[in-house]
Amino acid sequence: MTRLSWLAALAGMACASLASAQTSTTDEIAKYRAALQDGNPAELWEARGEALWKAKRGPKQVTFEGCDVGKGPGVVKGAYAELPRYFADADRVMDLETRLVWCMVRLQGYSEADAKKNPFGNGSDKRSDLEALTAYVTSESRGVKMNVALGHPKEVEAYRVGEKLFYYRGGTHDFACATCHGEDGKRIRLQDLPNLMKTEGAQKAYTTWPAYRVSQGELRTFEWRLYDCFRQQRFPELVYDSDAAIALTTYLAHNANGGVYDGPGIKR
Amino acid sequence: MAIGEPMKIRAALAGDQTEVKVLMNHEMETGQRKDAQGQTIPAWFIQSVMATWNGKAVLSAQWGTAIAKNPFLSFKFKGGAKGDKILIHWVDSRGDQRTDEAVIA
Repeated sequence: MTRLSWLAALAGMACASLASAQTSTTDEIAKYRAALQDGNPAELWEARGEALWKAKRGPKQVTFEGCDVGKGPGVVKGAYAELPRYFADADRVMDLETRLVWCMVRLQGYSEADAKKNPFGNGSDKRSDLEALTAYVTSESRGVKMNVALGHPKEVEAYRVGEKLFYYRGGTHDFACATCHGEDGKRIRLQDLPNLMKTEGAQKAYTTWPAYRVSQGELRTFEWRLYDCFRQQRFPELVYDSDAAIALTTYLAHNANGGVYDGPGIKR
Repeated sequence: MAIGEPMKIRAALAGDQTEVKVLMNHEMETGQRKDAQGQTIPAWFIQSVMATWNGKAVLSAQWGTAIAKNPFLSFKFKGGAKGDKILIHWVDSRGDQRTDEAVIA
């Protein structure tokens, strides 16, 4: 072999080993997730959420069993797979967390500010009841196919607004959701990012939230996921239960239709 | 003494062995972290774990700060029958403790 072809062969090997280092890191992270799946601490949140669901709470001392999250009062089985949806009593499209707050205000008598004063928990001193309740309700849809309807005009509107938000570029970094989530093989640090413009990508991502975040030791909901994406994009703070959060959720949830819900999951 | 949050315990018979899986609810503070004000967060972790099967000890462990938050413990022992009781008991560095039980399925 000539010297030149030797060099070319060496260069080729270097590229190949770089590529295999990348895939093996990805594989190792996948193995790590699989190993944790068996003892997912999200179950602790599910258990606490179930107890909260059945407990008499708030100034009116009533349980969540009168709360309609889409399939009738107190019915949680399969409800999350059809959310967000339009609720006639509120005349608004709502995601699960917005609906839980609505029930805390309407049924249990909390003020709106009290109901959502701690959406994202932090350790044992600052536990979030909303995260636990969300974990419980979502766990009751495990194995159910996502089926978010766009029947009501307000649902269609939410989807369209969500789609617009997904592609809207702004902030100091001129980022849109699509900047990171519109192509295969994008990463943030070593984490692969799902391509949300493809059905498989949207299904895989949406059906595994809420999730226990090992690095934070907390269960995080989909509202948190969007809130933190906005922070990472250097966007203005995404307001909890806002129309923008619900619209984006509607867009992503509808795009995940047909995927089997498999949450709460576990993430790095 | 405070009582910790409930554990989640699953115990299942596999051949002549019983496999026990336990999820515990605990902060497991290492004593190495600092809060937003720069103050050290004091260590606070589960120190001893004991598992009994029908009153007989099948596992006893001493833990330190290298165990993760919300620990997951899985172990097997020879013996056990459907309906037998498994008891898990822990004591942490503040003297808080918790006991939960499960039935072998």
